[in-house]
Amino acid sequence: MDADLELDCRGMLCPMPVIELGRRLTEVSIGGTVAVLATDVAARVDVPAWCRMRGQEYVGEDTAADGTPRYVVRRTS
Amino acid sequence: MTNASGTSGPGPGPVSPAYLDSASSEPLHPAAREILLAALDQGYADPRRLHGPARSARLMLDNAREVVAGCLGVRRDEVTFTPSGTDAVHRGLLGLLAARPQVGGTVVASAVEHSAVLHATEWAAGRGVTTTLAPVDRLGRVSVDAVVEAASARGVSAVAVQAANHEVGTLQPVAEIGDRLDGVPLFVDACASTGRLPLPAGWSTAAASAHKWGGPAGVGVLLVRKGVRWQSPFPGDDRVDERASGFENVPAALAAAAALQAVVAEREELGARQSALVDRIRQRVARIPDVEVVGDPEERLPHLVTFSCLYVDGEALVTELDRRGFGVASGSACTASTLEPSHVLAAMGVLTHGNVRVSLTRDTTEAEVEGFLAALPEVVRGIRAEVGL
Repeated sequence: MDADLELDCRGMLCPMPVIELGRRLTEVSIGGTVAVLATDVAARVDVPAWCRMRGQEYVGEDTAADGTPRYVVRRTS
Repeated sequence: MTNASGTSGPGPGPVSPAYLDSASSEPLHPAAREILLAALDQGYADPRRLHGPARSARLMLDNAREVVAGCLGVRRDEVTFTPSGTDAVHRGLLGLLAARPQVGGTVVASAVEHSAVLHATEWAAGRGVTTTLAPVDRLGRVSVDAVVEAASARGVSAVAVQAANHEVGTLQPVAEIGDRLDGVPLFVDACASTGRLPLPAGWSTAAASAHKWGGPAGVGVLLVRKGVRWQSPFPGDDRVDERASGFENVPAALAAAAALQAVVAEREELGARQSALVDRIRQRVARIPDVEVVGDPEERLPHLVTFSCLYVDGEALVTELDRRGFGVASGSACTASTLEPSHVLAAMGVLTHGNVRVSLTRDTTEAEVEGFLAALPEVVRGIRAEVGL
């Protein structure tokens, strides 16, 4: 999946990937997407939960070239 | 252990230290303390022997069994004392499998069972047993249909569903599941609810743990319903009770029974009081920005509430609350020994970081709860400020 902004959170422990996402979401315009690359397993649950709590759209998960899970979010507000 | 009466504990600041982790372990009930001290001097002998001191120990053990049976509404011969709740869980579930070697080996379990259940199924996996996990909803409640459907597959030897979730307090539809299982035995982990709520119907085997209701640690209760096929999954022993293994801790079993009797007698009044305090915590905590209270708001344990705070490290949260005199637990990976997020929170699809579980003891006061509610927003704000949020 293409993304307008990619956040490299490899090696970060929870809750750092979600903190990065929270800090930097507004760098994309409304309708734009942010991808979070995270090795921390909690991100798989926490990125969708963040979207639900913050009213953003969780697009889905795919895998980066090096095999790292990549979680894609669309900014809706 | 400390409480608002200020009987112990240093404690910085104006608030007396408050232990808010009864779901991990409830302080010893006064009724249990009294019995334990008396029984320590009387209950040392081997209940199997034929002399006077042995008869005393045997009487005490029989008495403990009778009291527990009465409190739980079960038969005396359905009660076995085990060395822990974990051991009762292992025996309760694995004993159903051991008695059905011809069935094949699948266990259907809710996705939010206690790790003791999951460790038992992992252990059994080495012996060819597979496990099917039934999903839960956002509140942590397992789907009756999903469990019943999974249990109707070929080769299912047993189903495991907890009475109530130990992390978020949600009650499970155990009786409904028990009603609809067609001949497949149901193991019920009742460790989180025993004493606080009646044992739900529908179990074939069940487990409870005394230190969660105010008895001493080191006493578990295994229930095996009369007529249910059960066989020890572990090496046997030559105790009076064939389901037990090892020399019974007679004084502790009797103290556990006394505590259970006391908490059952007071649970209506205490449960209502605790439930009202939990409602208050749920309402007030939900007002903190980006905090989600999880678990069922109504169909829940009376004494327990869990919430997750966005952008907050669980360990930092627990440590800072402890510094201010509040002892709470957390299901966040950063605080757990495993580095894995709580499988319960993950199965519910709720935030796994910044998680706090508050559970009230029978002595928790309104003032302690108010102290906690006053401190929490500031603690959360402080930790968020450190990361610039």
